Amino acid sequence: MRTDLKIIEQWISAGSHVLDLGCGDGTLLDYLQREKQATGFGLEINPDHITTCMGRGVSVIEQNLDTQGLGNFEDHTFDTVLMTQALQAVRRPDVVLDEMLRVGREGIVTFPNFAYWRLRWYLMRRGRMPESETLPYKWYNTPNIHLCTFKDFEALCYRKSFRILNRTVVDGEHQDRWLSRLWPNMLGQIAIYRITREES
Amino acid sequence: MPDPLPTDSVGIVTPQTLHFDTPITLACDQTLESYDLVIETYGKLNANASNAVLICHALSGHHHAAGYHSEEDRKPGWWDSCIGPGKPIDTNRFFVVSLNNLGGCHGSTGPCSNNPQTGQPYGPDFPVITVRDWVHSQALLADRLGIDCWAAVVGGSLGGMQALQWSLDYPDRIRHAVVIASTPRLSAQNIAFNEVARQAITSDREFHDGRYFEHNTLPRRGLMLARMVGHITYLSDASMGEKFGRELRDQAYKFGYDAEFQVESYLRYQGERFSESFDANTYLLMTRALDYFDPAYEHDNDLAKALLHASCEFLVLSFSTDWRFTPARSQELVDAMISARRKVSYAEIDAPWGHDAFLIPTPRYTAIFEAYMDRVAREVGA
Repeated sequence: MRTDLKIIEQWISAGSHVLDLGCGDGTLLDYLQREKQATGFGLEINPDHITTCMGRGVSVIEQNLDTQGLGNFEDHTFDTVLMTQALQAVRRPDVVLDEMLRVGREGIVTFPNFAYWRLRWYLMRRGRMPESETLPYKWYNTPNIHLCTFKDFEALCYRKSFRILNRTVVDGEHQDRWLSRLWPNMLGQIAIYRITREES
Repeated sequence: MPDPLPTDSVGIVTPQTLHFDTPITLACDQTLESYDLVIETYGKLNANASNAVLICHALSGHHHAAGYHSEEDRKPGWWDSCIGPGKPIDTNRFFVVSLNNLGGCHGSTGPCSNNPQTGQPYGPDFPVITVRDWVHSQALLADRLGIDCWAAVVGGSLGGMQALQWSLDYPDRIRHAVVIASTPRLSAQNIAFNEVARQAITSDREFHDGRYFEHNTLPRRGLMLARMVGHITYLSDASMGEKFGRELRDQAYKFGYDAEFQVESYLRYQGERFSESFDANTYLLMTRALDYFDPAYEHDNDLAKALLHASCEFLVLSFSTDWRFTPARSQELVDAMISARRKVSYAEIDAPWGHDAFLIPTPRYTAIFEAYMDRVAREVGA
C-alpha cells in the first residue's frame, strides 16, 4: 500500500460513496471497497488501467475530465471525491476543484509542490525548467501543464472559500518528515489536502 | 470447419428444441398456449449451477452462437470470436446458453411455425413480441435448465437490451449484465430506419399481408431492400470506404442503372442472401420489438428510476464509429446507472466498423471482455 493512499484512507469514513478522478489501476478504490466497504466509481482514460480496474471489480468509467468534465454527476452525489496526482495535469484545475466540491461533500487532492527546494535550486542553478524523479519530463512533453506550489493552492482555496480540513506534506516516497512539516512550501514534495465547501 | 479444429473452438455443436406446455401471456395481452425454444449450450453447468451465462441475440441472430454444426460447415456461429475455450466467454469455466428468441425464424416458435388452432403457419397472426416477453421466456428457460441465477446475461445491440431488461425484471436472477453497443431506447432516427425496412417488406407485391406462404411465395424483394438499408446502418462510412471506396466492377461508367459500383453489388448480394434465409414476418416483429423497447417509459421516462429495480453489476461497452447506437446512447445509460448508484463500468472502444464492431474482436475489446468475464468467473467459483 502506497503511503499516500494510507493517509487518504484515514480521511474516508466507512461505507462512503466515493469518486476517484484518474483512478489509475484502481488500487485505492479496491482497497477502500475491501477495507472501508466504500462504494463508488473511478474515472480513467488509460485503456490498460481501465482493463485492470474491470478485472479487479472496481467500477470504472472511461471519461475525460478535460473534455467531458463531471457534468454527468448530480450535485452532492458523493461523500468524497479524490484526485491523486492529476490536478496539475488537467486543463482547468480551478474548474475541476469547483466540480469536485459540487458533486461531493469533501475533496482529497494530492499534487507535487513546485516550490520544493530542489526544484528551486535546479531552476536557479541551471536556468532551465526543473526535472526530478517526481517530475521526470521535459517542458514540451510534460502532461503537468499546471504546476503550482502549496502556497498557490492555498491561495486558490482562499479565493474560492474552500475550507482546508487537513493537510499532510510528504516527501517523494510519501513519508511524513519533520523537516517538511517545519517549512512545507520549501521542504515538502507532495501535499495531500482535504478540502470542503461547507462551513465549520 | 477448419482442419485441424482450433483449440479455442467449441467444435461441433447440436441444437436442442425444448417444448414448453405452460401458456405464456405476452405484453400485447395475447397468450401462446405452447411454444418451442431452440437452444445451444457450450461448456458444463457446475454443481451449484452458478456458472451459467445467457447469450441474447440481436435482430437477425439465433441460437447458433459458437462452433460448427457439421464438418462441412464453412462458418462458425455468429459470436464464435468471443465464445469458446480460452475466449472472453470461456467455455472451460462457464456454461453458456444461447437461444433463438420467440418470434424468430430459426426453429423457435414464430410466424413460420404452425398455429395449433389452424394447422397453418401463424404468419402475420403471430403476436408482436417485446423485449420483456423474451426475457420472460428466457427466465422460464432458465427454470427448465435448473439455473436460478445467471452469472451473466450478455448481449450486443438488441441483445444488450435483453440483458438490461433482465436486470430490471429479475434482479435476483442475474449477477452481471453485459450491455454492448446498445441503447436504453431507440431514437426517432432509429425508428425511421426500421420503418423504411418495414415499408420495403410490406409494399412488396409478394407480401400478401404477411400470408405469403399461403400464396407459395416470399417477399424476397422487400426483405432484400430491408436488409440493404439495415446493413448500411451497421457499417461506418469509413469501413465502407475502406472496403469498397468508389471501386467499379468494370473499368468505366456504363451510363445505366445496374450495379456498377462494388458497394452496390455487395449490398445486393447481402440482401439477396438474407432474403432467402430470413422470414419477413420475423423481421417486422424484431424491428417492432426494437421500437417498443423503453424501460424508462413506465417510470416517468426516468431511466435512473427504472434502474433502481436492478441490483446486478453492469458492464457497458460502445464503439467509436457506431452511428446506429452511438457511444452517447451508452453514456446515457451509464449516467442513469450512476445516478441510481448501480455498479457500472464503461468503456468506449475505438473500432472502425460501426455497429458491427461488437461482433469483431479487437485487442482492447477482447482484453476488457476477458478481464471482466474472468472476474465474473472468479466471483461465481467457475
